[in-house]
Amino acid sequence: MTAREEILARVRAAVADAPDAPPATRDYRTTHTGPERVVELLAENLADYRALVHRTDEEGLPALIATLLTTRGSTSVLAPPGVPAAWLAALAPEIARVEDIPGSTARELDQVDSVITGCALAVAETGTLVLDGSPDQGRRRVTLVPDHHICVVRVADQVVGSVPQAMPRLDPTRPLTWISGPSATSDIELDRVEGVHGPRTLEVVLVEN
Amino acid sequence: MSGTYLGMPAFPVAAKAALGNETLRGNLRHATHTIRDKREKAVAELDDWALLREAGKQIKDHTLRHLDRYLVQLEESVTAAGGVVHWARDAAEANRIVAELVKATGESEVVKVKSMATQEIGLNEALEAEGISAYETDLAELIVQLGDDLPSHILVPAIHRNRGEIRDIFREQMGAWGRAAPEGLSDTPADLAEAARLHLREKFLRAKVGVSGANFMVAETGTLVVVESEGNGRMCLTLPETLISVVGIEKIVPSWQDLEVFLQTLPRSSTAERMNPYTSMWTGTTDGDGPRAFHLVLLDNGRTDTLADEVGRQALRCIRCSACLNVCPVYERAGGHAYGSVYPGPIGAILSPQLRGIGSEVDASLPYASSLCGACYDVCPVAIDIPEVLVHLRERIADRGGKGHRLEKAAIKASGWVFDHPKVLAAGERVASRTRKLHPSRVPGAGAWTDSRDLPELPPEPFRDWWKKNRAEKNSAGNNSAESNSAESNSSAKNRGEGSAT
Ligand code: SF4
Repeated sequence: MTAREEILARVRAAVADAPDAPPATRDYRTTHTGPERVVELLAENLADYRALVHRTDEEGLPALIATLLTTRGSTSVLAPPGVPAAWLAALAPEIARVEDIPGSTARELDQVDSVITGCALAVAETGTLVLDGSPDQGRRRVTLVPDHHICVVRVADQVVGSVPQAMPRLDPTRPLTWISGPSATSDIELDRVEGVHGPRTLEVVLVEN
Repeated sequence: MSGTYLGMPAFPVAAKAALGNETLRGNLRHATHTIRDKREKAVAELDDWALLREAGKQIKDHTLRHLDRYLVQLEESVTAAGGVVHWARDAAEANRIVAELVKATGESEVVKVKSMATQEIGLNEALEAEGISAYETDLAELIVQLGDDLPSHILVPAIHRNRGEIRDIFREQMGAWGRAAPEGLSDTPADLAEAARLHLREKFLRAKVGVSGANFMVAETGTLVVVESEGNGRMCLTLPETLISVVGIEKIVPSWQDLEVFLQTLPRSSTAERMNPYTSMWTGTTDGDGPRAFHLVLLDNGRTDTLADEVGRQALRCIRCSACLNVCPVYERAGGHAYGSVYPGPIGAILSPQLRGIGSEVDASLPYASSLCGACYDVCPVAIDIPEVLVHLRERIADRGGKGHRLEKAAIKASGWVFDHPKVLAAGERVASRTRKLHPSRVPGAGAWTDSRDLPELPPEPFRDWWKKNRAEKNSAGNNSAESNSAESNSSAKNRGEGSAT
């Protein structure tokens, strides 16, 4: 017998006499948050996990992004190809633009100062950004290796209240990364330290119209 | 390299030794109390917690009841998404499969995401025997690996080490494994984390093969899920060319939607966070993003034996949140190493003897490593009735040779806490066994595997209340006696500190 056949046979024998166990009832809530609270809650929960939260509108976005990069002293920035040109329109000319090339190595990415992406959606109750590899979000590694990630959230159509509201809007065939605050560890005496391996600084820009 | 669990002393002996280690006990007390206080707040934010817990339990029970069907479905969806599925009956077979896959890439080192399943099968040691170096990349696992030590907690494996010990390990060992620790490394957590970042980044950036486990696998879509905090998981899951995931067959959930339950209950139960910093989900391979080859090794290794036990099978619902460790008075005092298994604490006491069988002294002693107080059942996000399984396993052990009584006494004595509180223990056991039958194990009409149980009734006094009251009495009694003895020597002052839990 192959391992596959044997394991399946063992499973069948093990549960042969077990009583029925129908699919779960789903009595839990689909959300814990009224729509009027969703954006505030997102901002609060992101900040609670030490993401830096900024709020602006379409018009103010390019200037805000430019300021964030200058304040940090970034000399290079990577934006995946789908990031609207307008977002980067106000960038200081001395900041080098880095392409998101499939062939570039992780070592090369390690030299990039900042990354700017959009997102698939944001979950208010958990303070979470979800990236799905769409053209404005890029490959998973671009939001991982560089130390500074700026993520832009379009409040009007990208913010949901809860995890159950997020699931049906996501496509499981895409590579998904859920990000809740910057990388962190509590492994040393439970003291929280930001940025062991992922970006140490996560800035979230909520864009409202 | 990590040591082995073989030849570990049985729980009573190991626990007794651990009790003598004051650093260990101090670290553990601080950690478990901190996490459990935070956890209560995180859970209280969701007023439908009981319903989420019930749904989680039902999803897992349903999956386990039809595990053959879901395994086959998972295999189909992973394959359709570009992955390759392998089946492993036991640890040796799984290790052989992984070693062969690594060799086929021509590489001799792999980076690893912390995974209980690969610890359970001793993968690192098996790879080492084949000339392959496996690097643990979780900060705590790194501390454990560099210290040639064993993990002691599911979630914070180096919980038994304090910052000074960690600095010494880094200073002495990092250089032998790769990039050495910076000159004059201090013991502040930020500096220690930075040293680990630099040390491990060297490994991530050149790694060609990653090895992981998974928290969940979705049968419907073939999606695998890893939740983590540091980003080392993301590094291992996305930078290498080849990814090999070793996952226990019980980690399946049927549908994409099922994740919404566990993504709410797991982070809050384990790290007391609304959501862990990073969750990675991948479905087979994606062109131009992440590994080009993905292998899934489905691991049995005693799980089907566990599934065959009508009482014990509920242990397979476990989502490894570790909440039960943090509330367990025995774990708090004995420490994780005393359990002699990769799964410590209450869940270890029921899972390890089932996965490995009760043939050895360690495994036969584990079901006695508990006061049956029931706190583990209270916090479990998938409602595993750990005390019920403990009693059931004790019966099985007693049936086989009648040494249960001796083991029970030895374990209780070794756990220290009840040593001087025999009445608390007796009351605890009585209340636990009385109320356990009364805890609603299913909602009406939701048929579980426990159909034969009594209908739920309200317990006369919720166990949690009893516990709090009782502990409060105990503590104030302890404080009073401490005051009256205040003129005593230093050593008894120390004991006093230990005795008055906060
Ligand atoms: S038994 Fe329950 S509480 Fe313990 S680790 Fe597993 S899921 Fe968590």
